[in-house]
Amino acid sequence: MYQFTLVRPKTLADAEALLAKADDPKLLAGGQTLIPTLKQRLAMPSDVIDIGGLKELAFIRVEGDAITIGAGTKHFDVANSADVQKHNPALAALAGHIGDPAVRYMGTLGGSIANNDPAADYPAACIALDAKIHTTKRLIEADEYFKGMFETALEADEIIKEVTFPHPQKAAYQKFPNPASRYAMVGVFVAKGPWGIRVAVTGAGQNGVFRVKEMEEALARNWSADAVASIKLPAKGLLSDLHGSADYRAHLITVMAKRAVAAAG
Amino acid sequence: MTLVSMTVNGHAATADVEDRTLLVNYLRDELGLTGTHVGCDTSQCGACVVHVNGRAIKSCAMLAGQAEGADVLTIEGLARGDDLHIVQKAFKEHHGLQCGFCTPGMIMTAVDLIGRKPQLDEQTVRSELEGNICRCTGYHNIVKAILAASEEMR
Repeated sequence: MYQFTLVRPKTLADAEALLAKADDPKLLAGGQTLIPTLKQRLAMPSDVIDIGGLKELAFIRVEGDAITIGAGTKHFDVANSADVQKHNPALAALAGHIGDPAVRYMGTLGGSIANNDPAADYPAACIALDAKIHTTKRLIEADEYFKGMFETALEADEIIKEVTFPHPQKAAYQKFPNPASRYAMVGVFVAKGPWGIRVAVTGAGQNGVFRVKEMEEALARNWSADAVASIKLPAKGLLSDLHGSADYRAHLITVMAKRAVAAAG
Repeated sequence: MTLVSMTVNGHAATADVEDRTLLVNYLRDELGLTGTHVGCDTSQCGACVVHVNGRAIKSCAMLAGQAEGADVLTIEGLARGDDLHIVQKAFKEHHGLQCGFCTPGMIMTAVDLIGRKPQLDEQTVRSELEGNICRCTGYHNIVKAILAASEEMR
């Protein structure tokens, strides 16, 4: 790793101040992406601002017909939360299958969506569930938040505080994981809720998470695995790498979508 | 350089280290606790697993500074003098290791797992070991050892 200064603010307000005045800072939450990135010398921040221990960012609150999860909440805690399991079991299941047990003890919701890895699981949940992302500056709709591979709408001095997920009526996430890293080669989150029907795909797109309008419309006419079975996406715009070709991913999208609809009930 | 202090295996520890120092290197190089291993550099193999504040985490994916003030348990902290921990004994009796490189990580993960889920089955053990890679054994006896240990600890 390149050298940097590690700073550990005691409050979110302190973190915000440090972020604004440091030369070239990076926020550290769970570190499950940032530390490996630093180890490979793919980033060279002047300061690493550790917000992973901020208690004010770690919480799960049921508020009316939605759950709000603090950006610093670990995947393990989301997966094992009685509230999330009750109101949004698909979200709990998604969190419970991110990485592996050790990764889940450290990785956070905020860290995942701030990074926007094209194969991360949470972006699919945010899009499919019409989530609201609350930052230190504003509220951002999920549809406006994910901009491209590793790119989000976040400004340089902006920190995610919490994410609100409205309760779905039916929802499920099915992932075809890479056997070593367990990142999604393709992950499909389907959800039906007050916002309508959404199908969000992660792991497959060159620009990160995307919706499949054709599948959403088919499911609106007929909510069943059969409705999406005949919908095949073109390989254009999909990722092709050592883990799988774009054609293979296109095929997997339909398979995972069918499984997700079947699992959603 | 920053003075980083924590409790390791019940003893106070402190060392002056660069901010970029990983917890695994703090434990190995500063404290001489070389039972925790560096296996892969990509955070996938789990040979570096230790407990921080009661949770089994990958010490190669954590800065020492993040563990400031924390309660850390390594493989060296499991035995009581000459008495091996039940999980260590089970690995010995059920031949749960060959070269032994992955073993400390396997055992630390197992101790955490049994603490969380006292009632275990083979399927659950195998999926909970997804963060620990073994190149020698094919996992068969590792799973057996963990199931046996959890029975004894129930």
